[in-house]
Amino acid sequence: MDKNKGINHSVNKNENRYIGTNEWKRHGVQVLWAFFTNSYLLGFVQGKIYRGRLKNLCVPGLNCYSCPGAVGACPIGAMQAVIGNWNFKFAFYAAGFLMFVGALMGRFVCGFLCPFGLIQDLLHKIPFPKKLRTFQGDKLLRKLKYVILVIFVVLLPMFVVDILGQGAPYFCKLICPVGTLEGGLPLVLLNKSMHSALGWLYAWKNAALLVTIFLSVLIYRPFCKYICPLGAVYSIFNPISVFRYRVDKETCVDCAACAKVCKMQVNPVDNANHPECIRCGACKKVCPVNAIH
Amino acid sequence: MSRLRKSRWTGILFATAGLILMGFGIYRGEMSVVLEKAVNICMECIGIG
Repeated sequence: MDKNKGINHSVNKNENRYIGTNEWKRHGVQVLWAFFTNSYLLGFVQGKIYRGRLKNLCVPGLNCYSCPGAVGACPIGAMQAVIGNWNFKFAFYAAGFLMFVGALMGRFVCGFLCPFGLIQDLLHKIPFPKKLRTFQGDKLLRKLKYVILVIFVVLLPMFVVDILGQGAPYFCKLICPVGTLEGGLPLVLLNKSMHSALGWLYAWKNAALLVTIFLSVLIYRPFCKYICPLGAVYSIFNPISVFRYRVDKETCVDCAACAKVCKMQVNPVDNANHPECIRCGACKKVCPVNAIH
Repeated sequence: MSRLRKSRWTGILFATAGLILMGFGIYRGEMSVVLEKAVNICMECIGIG
């Protein structure tokens, strides 16, 4: 009994320690990375995008290449561009890149290297009367991102083509709120010539962005949990990635503090490298006996 | 299966396979498609096209 009391006290102390420091350290890394991959500041002034050769290279996170600051290519956009090209039909370069990054880091990318992950993290800090940790159908809805990956990123650009055999990037076109936030809004604001071209698609994408923003205040990272095809790819590699978590079962005291603190609703003791784990490190910090490595 | 998952070599093997796939994609010229798409404003991505 006394031992448990001691552990509970330690758990609370560790939770406070986690909330106080670790999360902001992670946000610091996210901000630095977002700045590094969107460092073409002139683009934000001139309303143009970077056109240099660095854009040959993909960045690991979801980062629209039409963002005025973007210096690299979005891997999901790159994949659709090549799959939809009449000349290729499969994107070995982008698929290989995702496999390489996923096998090394898994969803560490989601936790640390994705600008849209950072935006959702910050949005979730906005106070709201009732935050939703989970709900009925949550688990099933998490499978949706795999369906989106297969249908909108692979199948539609591959098979729904124009008379030249070119497929559109359907995920970017119909779903992705990142393109609207990082590209659509700043470019349209900075280029008056674009105003006349705005139509139902722009309205639809802005509505999708607004819904994502609202849901991000309510639910932790709804886009990552339910929609993101990049998260879907990395989640497949999470259990086998080189960088991973390990729970020392002999040291673990089964206090469940790690499961309680996890905003992705993962229990590291059951599966330390669960596909939904974004490797934010919250469980590691909160553990009173340092059983998670 | 569980042993395969636990081994770091599985990750290294997949990372190497990823590099090989990337190399093959670069060899057949996919990078130029990516570059062409990325250096022009993607109208679909921003909701205009």
